[in-house]
Amino acid sequence: METVLEAKNINKYFKKPVLFHVLKDISFKINRGEFSSIMGKSGCGKSTLLYILSTMDTDYEGALYLNNELVTGQARENLSYIRNKHIGFVFQFHYLLSEFSVLENVMLPAKKLGERTVAEIEHHAIEKLRILEIDHLAKKRASRISGGEKQRVAIARALINDPSIIMGDEPTGNLDSYNSDNVFNIFKQLSDEQGLSLLVVTHDIDFANKTDRIIEMGDGRIIG
Amino acid sequence: MINWKVILNIAKTHLLTKIKQTATAALGVTFGIGAYITLVCFMTGLNAMLDDLILNVTPHIHIFNEIEPSKKQPVDLYGELQNTFNVVHSIKPKQSQKRIHNALPIMNYLNKDPQVRGAIPQIKEQIFYIAGSIELGGNLTGIDVLQEVELFNFKDYIVQGTPEDLKNNDNGILLGAGVAEKMSLAVGDRVQISTIKGDIFPLKIVGIYQSGIADIDNIQSFANVKTVQRILGQAENYITDINVKLHNIEYAIPLAQKIEQQFKLKAIDIKTANAQFETGTTIRNLITYSVSITLLIVAGFGIYNILNMLIYEKMNDIAILKATGFSGKDVQLIFMSQAMIIGLVGGILGLLIGLGLSHFIGSLPFETEALPTITTYPINHNPNFYMIGITFAMVSTFLAGFLPSRKAKKIDPVRIIRGQ
Repeated sequence: METVLEAKNINKYFKKPVLFHVLKDISFKINRGEFSSIMGKSGCGKSTLLYILSTMDTDYEGALYLNNELVTGQARENLSYIRNKHIGFVFQFHYLLSEFSVLENVMLPAKKLGERTVAEIEHHAIEKLRILEIDHLAKKRASRISGGEKQRVAIARALINDPSIIMGDEPTGNLDSYNSDNVFNIFKQLSDEQGLSLLVVTHDIDFANKTDRIIEMGDGRIIG
Repeated sequence: MINWKVILNIAKTHLLTKIKQTATAALGVTFGIGAYITLVCFMTGLNAMLDDLILNVTPHIHIFNEIEPSKKQPVDLYGELQNTFNVVHSIKPKQSQKRIHNALPIMNYLNKDPQVRGAIPQIKEQIFYIAGSIELGGNLTGIDVLQEVELFNFKDYIVQGTPEDLKNNDNGILLGAGVAEKMSLAVGDRVQISTIKGDIFPLKIVGIYQSGIADIDNIQSFANVKTVQRILGQAENYITDINVKLHNIEYAIPLAQKIEQQFKLKAIDIKTANAQFETGTTIRNLITYSVSITLLIVAGFGIYNILNMLIYEKMNDIAILKATGFSGKDVQLIFMSQAMIIGLVGGILGLLIGLGLSHFIGSLPFETEALPTITTYPINHNPNFYMIGITFAMVSTFLAGFLPSRKAKKIDPVRIIRGQ
């Protein structure tokens, strides 16, 4: 199996207020097309790990590989490019740019990447919205749609550059069970039909149980 | 790679959704620049007018024969007293002529210099005006009136009559306004001139001269060079003063020095003669610029404030932009371009307001006895001011935008996203 993401001996310390060893020697691999979830209690370091994997947090020890390329130690500009091209994000809170339309929100990362023309990007974005069944919202302001819809827009945005992996930080944590199931089904569908790799941090045991693989964390270590 | 289109589009959306704050910030710049343009146009216009008042009538170099005691006394020439300490009491100047020796060849020589616009003759003489029983002391200056008009704007100061009237009349005189008033004389009347030697000549008044400076108008009159030579009983080469006008005023000092050495005459350059005018101009410019810069600093703080607030409001947006692949530099550019757009729009509006206001001031009537040629407030429309104005606007908004945008660049997206 091809490896998308690999973490080797990752250690992280919080220095304030007191020195605290958050992540202890974490090593694991995510294969292409795998739908994994990270489970654990609050404070076990699962979100901290996700932000290191996302390249946004660079203050750690160890090595991180994305598509078998070393990411650790690269310049910030390069990391931005890697996030833009290879990583899609879905957060607990929806984090859309509220002043832009739904379509513009989805298009923005692709415009930043600048590999396609605006017309192609727009076509692509509408395609993604259609897959998520929210193409009728395209022209609406991002601040005018419901929470469940926002989360689907965020997923469409994560998909726009056809990333190697999608990461989610409690993507269903703020949704009711109906929308939560909906989001899970979308992820599952993307994983099955398009062979997308997913890594989702959650403490929703039902959600985790439905994924291909559960990485369980406790006290800064992987315990299962 | 920087994708300007995306960055500017985000900046534009931010500005348009916060149109009130944007307008407030831009108006700060507008008022700053508008005030600067108005002030600087008005102030420099005023400066130019005041300078013209004196400088136009003042030659760039004034050449004359100064009466002064000889630097070398005969005792210095006497060999046997060479190494002694000589004291000579009560030195008096040598009897010498007031006229410039060889004036016509000197004028010819100066007129050939490519730096010189013109070198023209004058004869200055103390006279008395006599009309009826009144006798008034005064000065009569012999001039080449057409050249004076060309080089020294002489026409502006002839309030009645024309330069040609004087040129065409060998017995004509251009009487000072103060003299004419005191003696109740008008154009067409006759006035008698008495020289120091006592000879009396009748002259016809062909015009009235008013410089705006009462002390001059009360004594000064003009006639043709030939007329004055005739009154004095002198030959055609009798000339007491040469006035030189240059193409470039900066050349006045070296040329004056050269003339003094070459011809052993006194040559006063305009800079030495009118140093106080430069001081006045400098101080007025200083006031203008300090007021404008103060206004722009205030506007700059307004922009700084508004951008700072905007960045706090947009914390989440900044985090999400960074998470989806915008680099810190991109985010900085988004906020910098907002500041620059505010500066550009505000600055251009300011230039327009300045243009309008200065034209308005320029159309207000401003009439004064002292300045016969001026009817409205003087305004100096120099395109350079507009260049400086817009540069000012851009620089101040750049500085005001720099710190907040750098803060945005440094925001750690993880802290924002996890902090929710």
